[in-house]
Amino acid sequence: MGQTLAEKIFSSHAGKRVRAGEIVVAEVDIALIQDGTGPLAVRQMTAMGFSKPRRPESTLIFLDHALPSPRRELATDHVFLREFARSSGAVIREHGYGICHQVVAEDWAEPGQIVVGADSHTCMAGALGAFGTGMGSTDVAVAMALGNNWFRVPETFRVIVRGRFQRAVGPKDLMLHVIGQLGADGATYKALEFGGEGLRDMPMPGRLTLANMAVESGAKAGLFPSDEVTREFMERHGRGGAWRPLAPDPDATYARTMTIELGELEPTIACPHRVDNAAVIGKVKGTAVQQVFVGSCTNGRLEDLAEVLAILEGRQLNPKTRLFVQPASRRVWLEADSLGYLARFVRAGAVVLPPGCGPCAGIHLGILGDGEVCVSTTNRNFEGRMGNPQSKVYLASPAVAAATAVAGVIADPREVDQ
Amino acid sequence: MKLQGRAHLFGDDISTDHIAPGRYYHLRSNLPEFAKHVLEDADPAFPSRVRPGDFVVAGSNFGLGSSREHAPTIMKMAGVSAVLAKSFARIFFRNAINIGMPAVVCDTEGISAGDQLELDLAAGRVRNLTQGTELDVVPLPAVMLRLLEDGGLVEHVKKHGRLAVGGEASD
Repeated sequence: MGQTLAEKIFSSHAGKRVRAGEIVVAEVDIALIQDGTGPLAVRQMTAMGFSKPRRPESTLIFLDHALPSPRRELATDHVFLREFARSSGAVIREHGYGICHQVVAEDWAEPGQIVVGADSHTCMAGALGAFGTGMGSTDVAVAMALGNNWFRVPETFRVIVRGRFQRAVGPKDLMLHVIGQLGADGATYKALEFGGEGLRDMPMPGRLTLANMAVESGAKAGLFPSDEVTREFMERHGRGGAWRPLAPDPDATYARTMTIELGELEPTIACPHRVDNAAVIGKVKGTAVQQVFVGSCTNGRLEDLAEVLAILEGRQLNPKTRLFVQPASRRVWLEADSLGYLARFVRAGAVVLPPGCGPCAGIHLGILGDGEVCVSTTNRNFEGRMGNPQSKVYLASPAVAAATAVAGVIADPREVDQ
Repeated sequence: MKLQGRAHLFGDDISTDHIAPGRYYHLRSNLPEFAKHVLEDADPAFPSRVRPGDFVVAGSNFGLGSSREHAPTIMKMAGVSAVLAKSFARIFFRNAINIGMPAVVCDTEGISAGDQLELDLAAGRVRNLTQGTELDVVPLPAVMLRLLEDGGLVEHVKKHGRLAVGGEASD
């Protein structure tokens, strides 16, 4: 019997051939914490009797959620994490380096690895063929202290994509559609595994968007095979030597298979207050919007910014709508800057924010007012998610966000001339 | 282990943003203060109504969203002794067990607000003392029962010096 990607990765880390449903103790290649979940993880590791991670060189600390710090308490959490990094030898990534998942994709994750993070969107590493999964602080503390943790090898839902997207439709629309089909708990305890000939033309940024949001269907991971697209991405980031191919066996067993024709997809929105509350754009077009946010680990990459600019160029922001743009990492920021993107955003009237998680997680930099509506390229729209339970968040693609910023109401990017 | 408490009812899809809102991010190293806001975005009166030992009773997919372990932790600190739901999101479920707060899957449909409940984990049963009824609970996987019996994940690792689990079938 063949194996899924999840079964292959767990087999290589458990030292024996394993199947879905088994409980295994597996070695962890990378453990990450961030400034929101990290202090608790460090305290729990200390409570277990460990002062240092077993493998400090692959224990990553990101100060990415609250920067520059809006509160003394958060600045003091940063002091605590810096001190832990200094005393333990763990790797720390300071303010401005980027959102943890983006930096892990750029610099760390490799096909076939197990990556655990005290952040639910750790599943984004699945785009590179790594089993990335989010866990709580105490579970990541175990991974830091012992270098392993226990896992239930998940069953897998296979998502086969075919064909090509129509103009102004892309991976975000696909993922909002998939989550709408599965439901917010439709894939709980499962791994999603993407496949099909439609992947061949899907560059890494889009794969990262899909893997990122796997958790929004309840899934434990969102996995991709490691192929030429993966190799090209890793080479571009100076890590070509770490690439290796990885694919599921043709006779692997899947708990469910769904097939999606990309050409049939329309711009898709997740309406308040659920990520699985999917609607095609025609149903929500015309809704007044006060804030548009482009950024986050979901859609804060260079290609996302380019997609927004292509629509914004030669047009004005609607005077009733503000636009915030936040590159996902320092690398994205520098590339966007060298291409003149950031200046173009600023000239168009947008505010460019430093790489981080503040707006998406409702911490700071873009909290909504009572009664306000935001169209956001992020991954969650729960009540209060962006800092105010009296506001509404619609999740959308960069193209929909751009068309909306110009129109002042939710708008269909296919109706904008490019 | 038998636990007794009053039921507080919640609906489906209660997220960790409802339980531990992001606007209190600065209280993550001040959990007693954070606990005063527990679940307030799902029920603003809950923090003032909850009493030690009470049960949170919910619909499906309880605890979806962020991995923040602060969510089950501040529930426990506020006095919640167990959560009963039709189903749980994966990370919350594991976090709750790790910190020693039972998260139990059962059919919560017939439970009314204020009902006095008794959870017997070993017997796999919830007794509704107010209504005089009994509910079966979905048994916890052996690995999780073991962690709960040890008093949570930190105590488990302290006791064994490693993860003394693995090899079990999951069901």
